[in-house]
Amino acid sequence: MNATERSRPRPLSAKGRRVWSLVRKETHQIVRDPSSIAVGVVLPVILILLFGYGLSLDVMNVPVAVVLEDPSPDAVELAAGFQLSPYFEARLLTSMSRARELMLARQVDGIVRIRPDFARHLSLGDAEVQILVHGTDANKARIIQIYAQGAVGQWTARRAAEGKDVAGGPVIVRDRLWFNEANDSHYFLVPGLVVLVMTLIGALLTAMVMAREWERGTLESLFVTPVRIDEVLLGKTIPYFALGMVGLSLCLLAARFLFQIPVRGSVWVLAGGSMLYLLVALGIGLLISTATKSQFVASQVTVLVSFLPAFMLSGFLFDLRSMPAVVRAITTILPARYYVAILQTVFLAGDVWGVIVPNAAVLAIMAAVVLLLSRVITRKKLD
Amino acid sequence: MSAAGGNPPVLVGRDIRKTFRRHTGDVVKALDAVSLEVGPGMLTALVGPDGAGKTTLIRLAAGLMTADTGELKVLDIDVAADPQQVQERIGYMPQRFGLYEDLSVLENLNLYADMHGVTAAERRERYPRLMEMTALGRFTDRLAGRLSGGMKQKLGLACTLVRLPELLLLDEPTVGVDPLSRRDLWKIIRQLVHDQGLTVLLSTSYLDEAERCDRSVVLQEGRVLAQGPPAELSRKAAGRTFLAEPPAGQTARGLQARLLDDPGIVDAVPEGGQVRFVRAAPEADPVASVGALQGAAVVPAQPRFEDGFMILLRGTAAAGQALAGSTILDRPPERYGDEVVIEVRDLVRRFGSFAAVDHVSFEVRPGAIFGLLGPNGAGKTTTFRMLCGLLPATSGTLRVAGVDLRQARASARQRIGYVAQKFSLYGPLSVTENLEFFASAYGLHGGRRRDRIGWAMRQFELARFARLPSEQLPGGYKQRLAMAAALLHQPEILFLDEPTSGADPLARREFWRRISALAEQGVTAIITTHFLEEAEYCDRVAIMDAGRVLAQGTPAEVRRRARPEPGRSPTMEEAFIAIVEAARHGESPHAASVGGDA
Repeated sequence: MNATERSRPRPLSAKGRRVWSLVRKETHQIVRDPSSIAVGVVLPVILILLFGYGLSLDVMNVPVAVVLEDPSPDAVELAAGFQLSPYFEARLLTSMSRARELMLARQVDGIVRIRPDFARHLSLGDAEVQILVHGTDANKARIIQIYAQGAVGQWTARRAAEGKDVAGGPVIVRDRLWFNEANDSHYFLVPGLVVLVMTLIGALLTAMVMAREWERGTLESLFVTPVRIDEVLLGKTIPYFALGMVGLSLCLLAARFLFQIPVRGSVWVLAGGSMLYLLVALGIGLLISTATKSQFVASQVTVLVSFLPAFMLSGFLFDLRSMPAVVRAITTILPARYYVAILQTVFLAGDVWGVIVPNAAVLAIMAAVVLLLSRVITRKKLD
Repeated sequence: MSAAGGNPPVLVGRDIRKTFRRHTGDVVKALDAVSLEVGPGMLTALVGPDGAGKTTLIRLAAGLMTADTGELKVLDIDVAADPQQVQERIGYMPQRFGLYEDLSVLENLNLYADMHGVTAAERRERYPRLMEMTALGRFTDRLAGRLSGGMKQKLGLACTLVRLPELLLLDEPTVGVDPLSRRDLWKIIRQLVHDQGLTVLLSTSYLDEAERCDRSVVLQEGRVLAQGPPAELSRKAAGRTFLAEPPAGQTARGLQARLLDDPGIVDAVPEGGQVRFVRAAPEADPVASVGALQGAAVVPAQPRFEDGFMILLRGTAAAGQALAGSTILDRPPERYGDEVVIEVRDLVRRFGSFAAVDHVSFEVRPGAIFGLLGPNGAGKTTTFRMLCGLLPATSGTLRVAGVDLRQARASARQRIGYVAQKFSLYGPLSVTENLEFFASAYGLHGGRRRDRIGWAMRQFELARFARLPSEQLPGGYKQRLAMAAALLHQPEILFLDEPTSGADPLARREFWRRISALAEQGVTAIITTHFLEEAEYCDRVAIMDAGRVLAQGTPAEVRRRARPEPGRSPTMEEAFIAIVEAARHGESPHAASVGGDA
């Protein structure tokens, strides 16, 4: 085949015209086919809203009992701090036994106890605030603990700012939450969302529309024309690449204007990394469709090998470092993992080249491999 | 190309073999030592039943598959070595032309024109002619998915003709297309061959279509049985083909069944109230030594392609072996006398604002064969589903076996058997397991179930395949198993939806014999078919189009409504076209602009 192509050189424009015509055809189909719009536009929007508003890992309005055993103004001020905090729904009590009852009945998740000698100890510089947390939900308990420490810390800071000497003050070790000062889980959920949307459009949608062409026999007719297989593949890749970028833009706009999430790094780095990942996803989609040639099987396989891993094993929802070594080893072959690393860095930290370059390099190699492979295994043959 | 020179063939195949491996592991010989030639400027037909290897051969020629062994040259190019070059010069229309359903007619055409590098100037010259030819001019903006089956086929053909190919490959272009569109497609194809010198290779399972070609290649189970001008094959039946008028008091169907039993007869089919039969050997006296013909008036008939084809087929299929197929019930339905067994009055079924079935009325008497004929989308299957109680009617009366289906669907279902259009048994289950399942589903248990399954095995000669998974059954046997399963609970009414579609002529004759035998014993059969000549087996037929019954009566009455043509009696297909056209009159200028015929 190569020999004939060389012996009969054809102008590039003929090839270009065919690719352009296929791209136009695909675009018409995307615009007219409700399922493409659904996956390309509606699904990202739903995911954004769902993840943005429905799924939140934050703890808000935690019911706590504040046991105020010291009626001094300092103690009252501290108790008021809990009452005003958006993280707590504080019930002011005066007896510890009542608080214990509420805790046992699970009507409160924590107790903040301000002892009778609080004011005296404060002036001595060794004041204590006791924080008791319901520990059945370890994760939540830890968060409440940190919040409570934060509330006390804020109170101390305010006092210091007001010039009230606390003589060393109650020493409370406060964990500062790095990169998420607002303590807002949207900061890492939305970048994760970008991965999901790109995977859906790049791999799932592409696999399905290509498998549909095999299934409906549209490729059979198209094959018996001067069209080459690389032109057919380009005709699929280009429009879905564009659709993926639309999905990305939607996510970025939502991040910026709906959830006020800053992008610390450069948008161009973000776009570049996304393009690389999108190419990998497209290649995977094309590979799967050629191998299965059936929409149903293609969608199942794509969800299994690309969407679910991107969801569970990319490090966006669950921290890679907390996974067993075997699972962590598996994640090294997942493109989503490298993309998540780039996204989290660019969104939350900035253009940290030491992270971006190696991850982008892995994505580039993966893209080259899957696209070349799909070019090799897709042939104008039915047997 | 040197069309001017010694006119070398456009396609030459030598000793082509191609095998496939099924999922089950066994190997199927799709093509077995096939050699053929396609001459330039000619219309060549590949004829054969489903599974004969037609599609495989055409895909090999299009470079979409590669043969295991053998040589195939198209336009003097070795297709296996350089498929791309062949694909640039030929046109190919697969069985289901892959139109993009969400693109408009014009967008589909443009896509193919772009692929072939057709310039804007060429398009301006070519499109109007394609539109005129296909009568699609009014629909250029319509989405291809919204076209009727026939229009889709025409658009598919137009897409392959955006530039004149050096060879046009058409894989069953008329399958699933109603008779009117079939006629239009044939006009287009013949016009192209005769006016523009196009070379066409097309495959078909309709034998009458092969007769209209310049050459035919008869394929059967991957082998070439014969090739040459169709008239050559028809001549095999010369002096052996006759028409018999059944004696008074006998039906054509009855005479046909008895003729088929006679070893001296190769083929017999009902035709226009008479029976066309082919003798195994030429005979001066057509009645000689055939008892069934006593008292019948017999005249010689013009041999057809199908007659020659049957001689060939019977010659290969275990020579002299009689057709299988008489089915004897062990408990025929009780006769109701002349009471109506199915009564349909003003039946309407709407889907939204669309009336799929629009005030349909007919009656069927016990022991009759009733044929429901019509193009795709005419409402046949919807009517069927309502009769079987699978779909509620919007309005109208529907009585089956004396039971109003609106009130007592379950009790009516016990008395009917249903054979669906596609093979709807459980493929991985064996023949026995399928029968056992259906017997239980109909509430048969213990000894009764054993008896009924034993009966089915005997009557349908399934015993030797008893343990074979039913998906591996040979085509004709799948059909038998489906019928056996539908008869297990001894229904008095049998519904069959397109039972003969895709079957070879032998299997079709066998099927009709069974149905005739069942009808003789009192079973009522309602059948849909798109082989219009099969209407001759029916006692009464109804012709449906667009949800309405256009004509109803005995086959002879319906045939009389055809436009008379001098010199011969009209066929059922001509009658059908005349009736549907008259009904659609004014609605669409159907192919009115398609000009001259050869």
